[in-house]
Amino acid sequence: MSLPDDTTPPEAANMIVARDVDVHYDDKQALFGVSLDVVGGNVTALIGPSGCGKSTFLRCLNRMNDVIEGCRVSGRIEIEGEDIYDRSLDVVQLRARVGMVFQKPNPFPKSIYDNIAYGPRIHGLAASRGELDEIVERSLVRAGLWDEAKDRLRQPGTSLSGGQQQRLCIARAIAVDPQVVLMDEPCSALDPIATARIEELIDELRQNYTILIVTHSMQQAARVSQRTAFFHLGYLVEVGTTEQIFTNPHDSRTQDYITGRFG
Amino acid sequence: MSAFVVTAVILGLAALGYHLGRGRARGLVSNGSGTARLHSLPGYHGGYVALWCALPAFGLLALWLALEPAALRYQTLSTLGDQVDGLAPERVELLYNDIRNLAAGTATSRAPDAGLKAAADSHARLEALLPWALLVVASLLAVAGLLYGRRRLTPAFRARNAVERSLRWILIASSTIAVLTTIGIVLSLLFEALRFFDKVPLAEFLFGLEWSPQTALRADQVGSSGSFGAVPIFAGTALISLIAMLVAVPVGLFSAIYLAEYAKRRVRDVVKPVLEILAGIPTVVYGFFAALTVAPQVRGFGEAVGLDVSSESALVAGVVMGIMIIPFVSSLSDDVITAVPRSLREGSYGLGATQSETIRQVVLPAALPGIVGSILLAVSRAIGETMIVVMAAGLAANLTANPFQAVTTVTVQIVTLLIGDQEFDSPKTLAAFALGLVLFAITLVLNIVALVIVRKYREEYD
Ligand SMILES: Nc1ncnc2c1ncn2[C@@H]1O[C@H](COP(=O)(O)OP(=O)(O)O)[C@@H](O)[C@H]1O
Ligand SMILES: [Mg+2]
Repeated sequence: MSLPDDTTPPEAANMIVARDVDVHYDDKQALFGVSLDVVGGNVTALIGPSGCGKSTFLRCLNRMNDVIEGCRVSGRIEIEGEDIYDRSLDVVQLRARVGMVFQKPNPFPKSIYDNIAYGPRIHGLAASRGELDEIVERSLVRAGLWDEAKDRLRQPGTSLSGGQQQRLCIARAIAVDPQVVLMDEPCSALDPIATARIEELIDELRQNYTILIVTHSMQQAARVSQRTAFFHLGYLVEVGTTEQIFTNPHDSRTQDYITGRFG
Repeated sequence: MSAFVVTAVILGLAALGYHLGRGRARGLVSNGSGTARLHSLPGYHGGYVALWCALPAFGLLALWLALEPAALRYQTLSTLGDQVDGLAPERVELLYNDIRNLAAGTATSRAPDAGLKAAADSHARLEALLPWALLVVASLLAVAGLLYGRRRLTPAFRARNAVERSLRWILIASSTIAVLTTIGIVLSLLFEALRFFDKVPLAEFLFGLEWSPQTALRADQVGSSGSFGAVPIFAGTALISLIAMLVAVPVGLFSAIYLAEYAKRRVRDVVKPVLEILAGIPTVVYGFFAALTVAPQVRGFGEAVGLDVSSESALVAGVVMGIMIIPFVSSLSDDVITAVPRSLREGSYGLGATQSETIRQVVLPAALPGIVGSILLAVSRAIGETMIVVMAAGLAANLTANPFQAVTTVTVQIVTLLIGDQEFDSPKTLAAFALGLVLFAITLVLNIVALVIVRKYREEYD
């Protein structure tokens, strides 16, 4: 796919628009009126002390909170202009468009190949075995796992190392060709080398996907993201370019957090 | 009765020993040199004394109870002098029985002569005396132990370590008892079964197609062939177990899936205990439910559609047994399904899978080993179940795969072999042990396989 020479890509278009999002777990409110615009083709980092609602917000974007009993979401969230909490929306389709990578690598108890092929199979993305092979290879290549995995596609996904498993989960997520990839502290269970590998990967993936990443490491946010949102006690305190947030935060709470005064 | 009193006395003395030991330990530090510090807390000193008091006495008690009958018998028979020499063992047994009956004042098999009376008197005297002797000896031993233990207490004495060591031995002794009892049961099963195979060839038992255990009491008796081919009854067991599993596995598994994946918390909190109550219903209740409620229905239904259903049928027994096993399958499967990490489900949902796709393709494959294990455990329960089949399946050893006919099972046959007035060493009675042995081997293998599978599954997710 190539763009006509004389047009610039609509960089500033807001991929995701959230307005006044409240989330309750039973009687406990976890998010208070969060309004956030996510720019497409970018990495947006969500930072903040633990328990401040970063994961909760992330899980609103693919309606993963639906599967938690007692969780209620209100407000408005649009992805590419479509209200994802609209009654007529197909949640299953939404989750195919908005992929997710979790804190702990969670490969299915299947072979490496079947892990990647899982999504394409349930969505009928491949018409033939050859196409499926192609999707699997392409996803593994993009996730930077092809060289390590190509000779052991039939082995269980759990036989990989932790960092490899997490890249497998990323490959699995991008195999269904989503527009947005949500990552919830994807490196928190990994060692520094595996972490660096994933960070490189995130930087490459931003060419093709809009990425939101929750991280508790401010260095990581600074390294991989273009925009950063700071959450505190269920409120979105401040959002801006990563550079601005880290060098010139407007809010004193942001300042305190990034200088390590709490959290 | 006397053992009970002695136990109470020993325990009382041990409690006293605990107090004395603790008090002495406290005294050791309070009244003296000031520099003295106890190595162990006073409670450990008390425990040490109590152990010294109780353990030897209990050891004596156990030994005494084991040896008393033999000693009593020896003493009593020796009063008869050379009267017993040269008698056949059964005769001696009979004689001793008479003496005991005479001593207890119940009927004897012969008119008592003077020698017998004297022996009975001495037997009665001894029997009255022995409990007192036991009480005195055990108490003395307990007191001696108490004093010895108390004397050993010094501030530096490591009572804590000593108590620790003896606790370990107590635990080892308990588990040894459990293991030895099991081994004993298995061995007795084995030996009696071997006696059976002396009379009936192993091959006939394992492969014979006819089961008719009535042996002739007299040579001229007719209609008692005494053939011991166990195939029909194992086939009956297999048929009924199969029917039971056909009922229990789908129902149990589906209800487990519903409970684990679909049910709201409140529904689950009600339904799960109710299912587990089902597991608490005595099997005899299921038995008469099968015989009195289900069997007539099935028969009526069979007649209505023109099938010949006998009033005792494998179908009824199997179905009711299946109902009985449902809670086992569902509760164990529910546990393994809930143990599948939430992250796997979320990973699948996150890729846009529906709930049933997630269950079929991720949750069940992950839980499969555990589910198979739970099913195998349920099978071994079905095979060992007796009451329902006694009441609903009948006694006729038909070799058939027709679920509408009466069949019989291994457990039912064991019951019927042992009630009756056969001699203990007749093949009919001994056959029960052979059946029991084979049954034990089958359920043992099933249990081992199930446990291995379940354990393997555990390792994967820890
Ligand atoms: N499943 C849940 N049930 C109830 N409360 C929850 C649940 N998940 C999160 N919470 C609560 O919501 C708040 C925000 O949690 P979360 O979004 O996980 O924080 P973060 O990811 O920023 O550490 C916390 O107070 C947490 O206790
Ligand atoms: Mg979190």
